[in-house]
Order: sequence, then structure tokens, then C-alpha cells
Amino acid sequence: MDTKKISGSQILIESMIREGIDTIFGYPGGAIMPAFDALFDYRDKINHVLTRHEQGATHAAEGYALVSGKTGVCLITSGPAATNAVTGISNAMLDSTPIVVITGQVGSSLLGTDAFQEIDVVGIMQPVTKWAYQIRRAEDVAWAVARAFYIAKTGRPGPVVLDFTKNAQTEKAEFSYKPCTFIRGYIPEPDVKQERIAEAAKLINAAKKPLALVGQGVILAKAEAELKMFLEKANIPAAWTLLGASAMPSDFKLNMGFLGMHGNMAPNMKTNECDVLIAIGMRFDDRVTGNLDTYAKQAKIIHLDIDRAEINKNVQVDVPVLGNAKETLPLITKLLSKANHQEWIDSFKVYDDKEYNTVIKKEITPENGEMTMGEVVHKVSEATNHQAVVVTDVGQNQMMAARYSKHSQTRSLITSGGLGTMGFGLPAAVGAKVGAPDRTVCLFCGDGGFQMTIQELGTIMQEKLGVKIILLNNDFLGMVRQWQEMFFDERYSFTEIDNPDFVAIAKAYNIDGTLVTKRKNLDAAIRDMLKDDKPYLLVVNVQKKGMVYPMIPAGASVTDVLLGNE
Amino acid sequence: MEKTKLYTITVFSENTVGILNQITIIFTRRAVNIETLSVSPSAIKGIHKFTITAFTTKSLIEKIVKQIDKRVDILKSYYNTDEDLIHQEIALYKIATEKLMAMGSIESLIRQYNIKILDMNETYVVFLKSGHYAETQQLFEELSNTIGVLQFVRSGRIAITKAKVERLSDMLDAMRQIDENPIDK
Repeated sequence: MDTKKISGSQILIESMIREGIDTIFGYPGGAIMPAFDALFDYRDKINHVLTRHEQGATHAAEGYALVSGKTGVCLITSGPAATNAVTGISNAMLDSTPIVVITGQVGSSLLGTDAFQEIDVVGIMQPVTKWAYQIRRAEDVAWAVARAFYIAKTGRPGPVVLDFTKNAQTEKAEFSYKPCTFIRGYIPEPDVKQERIAEAAKLINAAKKPLALVGQGVILAKAEAELKMFLEKANIPAAWTLLGASAMPSDFKLNMGFLGMHGNMAPNMKTNECDVLIAIGMRFDDRVTGNLDTYAKQAKIIHLDIDRAEINKNVQVDVPVLGNAKETLPLITKLLSKANHQEWIDSFKVYDDKEYNTVIKKEITPENGEMTMGEVVHKVSEATNHQAVVVTDVGQNQMMAARYSKHSQTRSLITSGGLGTMGFGLPAAVGAKVGAPDRTVCLFCGDGGFQMTIQELGTIMQEKLGVKIILLNNDFLGMVRQWQEMFFDERYSFTEIDNPDFVAIAKAYNIDGTLVTKRKNLDAAIRDMLKDDKPYLLVVNVQKKGMVYPMIPAGASVTDVLLGNE
Repeated sequence: MEKTKLYTITVFSENTVGILNQITIIFTRRAVNIETLSVSPSAIKGIHKFTITAFTTKSLIEKIVKQIDKRVDILKSYYNTDEDLIHQEIALYKIATEKLMAMGSIESLIRQYNIKILDMNETYVVFLKSGHYAETQQLFEELSNTIGVLQFVRSGRIAITKAKVERLSDMLDAMRQIDENPIDK
């Protein structure tokens, strides 16, 4: 027996350590037990966070990756564990989040036999991953792990699944680790074309009314500083997508606000007035563009993206600039003439004032009536000096958090954009706190989404994670109710919820909490929540029938902005 | 409405488990039917070549091809229309010997359709015809309408481009140089 040989399970852990992994979110089970057994000997090197559900493990890995810029890792078993993880993996696929999920699998000899907890993981995962691979031999483990991490984090990031058969976990092989740096047929970053850079610069230099749209690509490329220099050189106003939030600080003078369905009025209206639209690391999602037939038809469009498949997917572009924004932005900046565009920038103010007077003022600083979601978000943001990592669930809470929380640094809004996964918030906040232990992590969620993954309170308890949970409770599935009010004749079909005593539930998990029902108690409760770094549940009973405005109805034009009761 | 036509998609891939699924799910998502599919080892060892045909629009086929090309295990994917291609299909026809004999001379049929006879016994005769879809179909219809066809099978399309230079190795070298053409608005 060759003593240099180690088990596939050990190879997995050793390989991950060489990839710089020190944190895993997981849940053990039958077909992954050998890997967990190996992990037991590496407790000094790898922090394993036991979640309460595999979906929670995937969202936690996403939250961790989003806040830290590192790759999130999940270790879970076969069958139901893998199917539970599909939601989080799909979420990571749509939001380009680098995670590697290792699922246990039955032994190779049992594959395809409907063995206990056997399911076709690769088949299920292929549509929702960047790469899904089944490891059937211990000798392939190091190779597959190296490839998995390379694929997950390079180019346009995304989820990778390694389906790890039990025999490959227990069998032994020689171990030597070679990081992956090249895969034929996979071009993570296409070469930058100087002609395209020149064409883009020429269009921008000739523009009278340029508008930049900032997406998550800027954050993924770590190109925040390059973006700022680009915008400042030619004084280009810029707006951000949901996932591009915090790529620019909220108080940056060229930051014109939030794009899309519940975004700010000015950047949406100005999309159809600008003469050159510069999309940077964003993908013209329907929640941003509304009706494509009327979207920015007057403008020349420049699209900077790392993913060739995004070019001309939704919007036909005049100048595609393929490449990593960290490389392409400075190249364009170098060719830009200084410009002013002050009159154009000032013209945003008309819409800003209108939105402030009709929507924002009464949402964030209401003087009477029931409490609003916007006011809670606003107060929490102020109380944290706009320094916190803001995590959201999905729905009204998410839109309010995106609209009214402010950010002073990048990677500060963690949210489920593409998939819109209710239940994302609590486990993502777990991952965010693990990934940024020194930052305040504030989760805004609704009473609906909170109860979809409420069991992760157990993870918070066990790991003693100082997550601040702000539950904006309206006893309704608020966003669906809003649509029912607006588009379905106020027929509230199954959106009203009888809720439990949330504070008592938190208490059962040894998590402090309080319920605020009156405005006069809100400030003190927020202060109390933030007084230390312990987990806390702040339940705020907000108005039952609050609305998120402005709103561009689904399929309408970006200029069809509804402001509610004026 | 953008016009639909037949596109031929060529895909070079690694020869690993599950590649076909990776390709077909992209057609599934866009609700495009695959008309024909032919897969075999390519000229380069370890690389497989897929030839797929589908009726769809230019804008959709471009998106589908880019999505296929993006997959890690796919080396290269592109599309062509019939004008760019020399293409061929093969069809086999099983016919009752008795009925064929009853036709009298089959020489003109053989000559007209350039038929090859693969097997013959007292029960059946097997014809082979290669050609474009319309050609193999025409023979099928003629036989079905006259003496009947016991069994019929047609292969997927295989195709070669008319381009002067087209080697996968050159294409792989050029992959880093990918550029996107803007589309006329």
C-alpha cells in the first residue's frame, strides 16, 4: 500500500485549502459523510457553518461571496440536499455569484439505479450552473476542484456543482495540486479591441447628454475606482441597477440613482432623453428596461460587458466593448476629453424634486399615520452612518431597502436580483456576517420571506452571528398585494397572512428582539438594536397597505412612471 | 415578424458525459425545435462535432449559438445557412421484394434517383439514397405512393462549409479575438 496516497475526501479538503478556502457552509448527510469525516480533522483551517437547510447553505455562500469577493463554498449530501440547493444555485447563476457546491452522490456502481437518495444531479444542475461535473474517481478530485474554482470565479462568475460519488470520497489516490489557469474552449476574458475602445470614446466625446448605467459587472471586476475616474473625467451622470448598488457611493455627485421598475424617476426618464447610453457590466434586464420597443431608441448605445452572449441579447447596441471593465474603462477614460454636461446633469433635478415631493418625503419622513417601510430603512441607514452591509429579502422590503438605504462603500447591498428568491435574505445575511465579521449587517425582510427560511435563526444562534434583522411586518405578501390593488381590482387572493409572535420565536432561539408598533418608539428601538454586535430581531409593524412608488408597470415604457396619489 | 428559415448549427465540443444535454437545454429554453442532429468524432482526436438544424430566426439563432459557445465544455459553435454549405443526408428504404419485382424494370428508378442497393433477398430490398432532404423525401413519396415502403429512416444532416479556410485549430487560436458586430438599427 502506497502511504503517499490519501482519500478523495482528504484531497477535496486539501485542494480547497490550496484555493484559499477557509469557510464552508454545509449540512452533512449519508452520501457526503466521508467528506465530512475528513473535514473534522481540518477544523483549525476551515470554519464550517452548519446551516439549517441546504437552501440556506447556498444563500449563505452567496452572501459570503457577495460581501467578500471570494468564492462561497457549500458541502451537502445527495438527493434531497441537492434538490434543496437548486434554488440557491439558480439564484447564483442569474446573479453571477461565484459559488462552488459539492454534493455527495451514491457510489459509482449504484448510479442510475434509483438508489437511496440518488438523483441525477448533473442533469438537474446543468441548466442552472456554469459547470456541473460528477467526480467518480479519487484521482480526478484535485483536477475537478481546481477547475471548479477557476470556472466559478473567472470571467463572468457563476455557480459550479461538483457531484462527488461516495467511492471517490473513500478511495485513495496520490495527491498533488495544480491550480487551473486555462481551459481550451473557455475564454473568460475576451481580448480588448482597441477599435471598439476608440469608437466608444468618440461617441462619448461627441455626446451632449450621456448617461451611464452601472451594473454589478463593475463590482465583480473590482473596477469601482476606474468607474469613478471614467465618470469624473467627462462629467457623465450615472445610474445603477439593483445589483450595481453601492458600486458608487450614494453621495457621489454623479450618482443619479436607481434604475428600473421601482427606481428613481430621473434616471428612468432620462434613459429616453440621453444621446449616448453607456451600459457598464449590466444586462438590460426587463426590470430595468421595461418595454424594449420604446427603450432608449434615440440614443447611441455602448455596451461594456465581459460576456459576449449579453451583447445584443435584449438591446441592439452600436458599440460593443467586450472585456473586463477594470481594463476597458481606463482605456476609454484615457481617450475622453474633459467635458462638463452641467446643464444636462441639472436637468435631472426636475424629476428628482417631483419624486421627492410626491413619493419620497412622505415615505421616509411621514409625520403621522402608520409607520412606513421607507422610514424604517431610512432611519436604520442613518443610524449606521450608511456603513452597514444591507441585505434584503425579496418584495417591497427589497425595493424599499434598495431605494432608501445609502452606501459609503462597495459590496454593501446584498440582494436576490435575477431570480427574486423570497427566503434569500436571512441565510444571505448569515453568509454576509461570516464574510464581513467587522461590519454591521442589517437584513431587511418581510413577514412572508422571513418565514421561508426562518430556520436559519438556528444558525445565527449556534454561530453567534451579530445579524440585525429588521422585519418590516405588514401581515401581507406586500408586493403581490400591491399588484392585486393596482392590476387585479383589489382582489387580495391569498396574500393576507396570520403571523406568529416573531419576537417570541427569536427568543426561543436565544435572540433578543422587540416589536415596535408606534413611531415614537422606533428611534430608541433602532439604537437598542445597534448598541452591540449581538444578533437582534426588530419587528416593525408598518402600514398594511403600503405601496412602493414610483412604479413602472411590467411591460410599460421607462417613461411611464406612476407616482401614486399626487 | 422576422422570417424563419433553416439554420445549420455546428458545435465542436469536448467528448465528455452530458454534453448533448447542455446543448439541447439551450434550444429548449428558447422553445426552438431541433429538426435534425448528427454527432460524431471530428477530425481532431477527442473533439466531437455536432451538426444541428433548426427552423428559427436570425436574431434567435445568434443568441442560441452564443449561449452554446459560452458553455465551458463547448469549444466552438457557429451557424450557417444553406447557401454557405455543402450538405447531405442519407436515407434507407426497405421495400418488399415481391412488390418491387412487380414493377417490372427498376433500372430507370435506380438511375433517376442514383439509388444504391445495400441488401436484397426474397423478402425485401434495401435502398440507400443520399442527398438533400427534398431528394430523399421525393423518393420516399414516390415509393410509398406506388409499391409502399416497409421501413424508412433518414439521418441528420452533415455539412461542410464553402469557406476557404476553416480549421478548428485556427478557430481556437482566434477565439480570444472574439468581437461582436453591432447590429444595424
